[in-house]
Amino acid sequence: MRFTKDHEWVVVEGDVATIGITAYAAEQLGDVVFVEVPEAGKSVKAGDNLAVVESVKAASDVYAPISGEVVEGNAALGDAPETVNDQPEGLGWFAKIKLANPAEVEALMDRDAYEEFLGTL
Amino acid sequence: MSDENLKTTPLNAAHIAAGARMVPFAGYSMPVQYKDGVLKEHLWTRENAGLFDVSHMGQARLRGVSPLSAFEEVTPGDFIGLKPGKQRYSVLLNKKGGIIDDLMAARPDDDGLFVVVNGACKDDDFKVIDNELAGQVRIERLEDRALLALQGPKAAEVLVQHAPEAASMVFMDARTMSAFGTEAIVSRSGYTGEDGYEISVPASEAERIWNTLLADERVKPIGLGARDSLRLEAGLPLYGHDVDESVSPVEADLAFSVSKKRRDARDFPGASRIAKELAEGVSRKRVGFVVLEGAPAREGAEIADEEGNVIGVVTSGGFSPSLGKPIAMGFVPPAYAGPGSKLKVIVRGKAQTAEVTAMPFVPHRYVRKL
Repeated sequence: MRFTKDHEWVVVEGDVATIGITAYAAEQLGDVVFVEVPEAGKSVKAGDNLAVVESVKAASDVYAPISGEVVEGNAALGDAPETVNDQPEGLGWFAKIKLANPAEVEALMDRDAYEEFLGTL
Repeated sequence: MSDENLKTTPLNAAHIAAGARMVPFAGYSMPVQYKDGVLKEHLWTRENAGLFDVSHMGQARLRGVSPLSAFEEVTPGDFIGLKPGKQRYSVLLNKKGGIIDDLMAARPDDDGLFVVVNGACKDDDFKVIDNELAGQVRIERLEDRALLALQGPKAAEVLVQHAPEAASMVFMDARTMSAFGTEAIVSRSGYTGEDGYEISVPASEAERIWNTLLADERVKPIGLGARDSLRLEAGLPLYGHDVDESVSPVEADLAFSVSKKRRDARDFPGASRIAKELAEGVSRKRVGFVVLEGAPAREGAEIADEEGNVIGVVTSGGFSPSLGKPIAMGFVPPAYAGPGSKLKVIVRGKAQTAEVTAMPFVPHRYVRKL
């Protein structure tokens, strides 16, 4: 698992990356009440808006950590947005993206670097 | 404003000890939520009793030869008719009939008028009152007092243990009384739609009283996040968002704050505009609506008719924890303001169906008689 400073995570299997938000981000957001995930076929560049996650109080953008084409949004979050709080780094994933540039993944933080980054916040 | 310039309330240490997430609000560092989070805090208040620190709000005494009649010069309320022991909701009006702030004014005792205004507006409000009523009233700002709100169906049974006199009060009663072993100004009112009280106490006693209330298992601390979602469900406007200086009480659906006597006398700021609006109608009106599909519509989202023509704007909105769906308030032309009227709200470019609903969204549970 790789991480961004915006608290997204990426897991790569073959040429597809699964993307979600970290347990830290989910805790900071509070109870998630609505999630908007991208549709298959959408092209994103690293840093683009990928999804929106909403708590009672506010809407927050989720950014694409890497570039590529969305192959699937997690439709299950539509009926069960609380999954983002319950299993942020598992069933609460947001989207799967076909990697355009695998080198982008290597540039992301590993778990130790991310934990260290959290320590500075 | 940088964090270093933020003011703190007398309960700042208590908030931090309770694990609050502190945010800047109205120039103060305030708790937006505690460990349970907004959703659970909201529901706890609807079912039990929530304790809020609202010490950022402006408290003052207006004293003079006839502070009640003087106060009528800046508000449209019947304050001459305000009986001892009663509180009234009102609005401070500018010369154009726009709302400078909304407020509570009460006669808890024989010491003039006790006024509570919004924290973000308090310096301006007291300046306006001071300028307009110079020579008639003296304002004493009560900077040495904290303000707590205890709200929810169990608020009364909790509070009467420490303030026996509160038991005989009904909604919008206000009394200075002996409570928690000190002197308190208590009103049976609040900003959640629930039964409950607002309790003004000496700042030096605030933390002790806060901890006394929290020692009761029916009481949990509630942050500003849930305070906002609770007042939204209760259909209560938030100044600076749903209401500002351009908005009249008629447009804001606050015409009840313009008393019958004053309507006839037309002797308040902006009376000509407000009388005209009451007689002929307004071009925009504050309404509540439920978002029937998609994401919560939040402040700033456009409101359109079914053909897609933009007709208004959302002034506050979010997810209703009690109803489990998004709700919002905004301004629309009167033709669209009736309950059942279908609208569109534009969220991130998508037109989502919404339906105008009578407010409150969640019924008020005020105790109007004992």
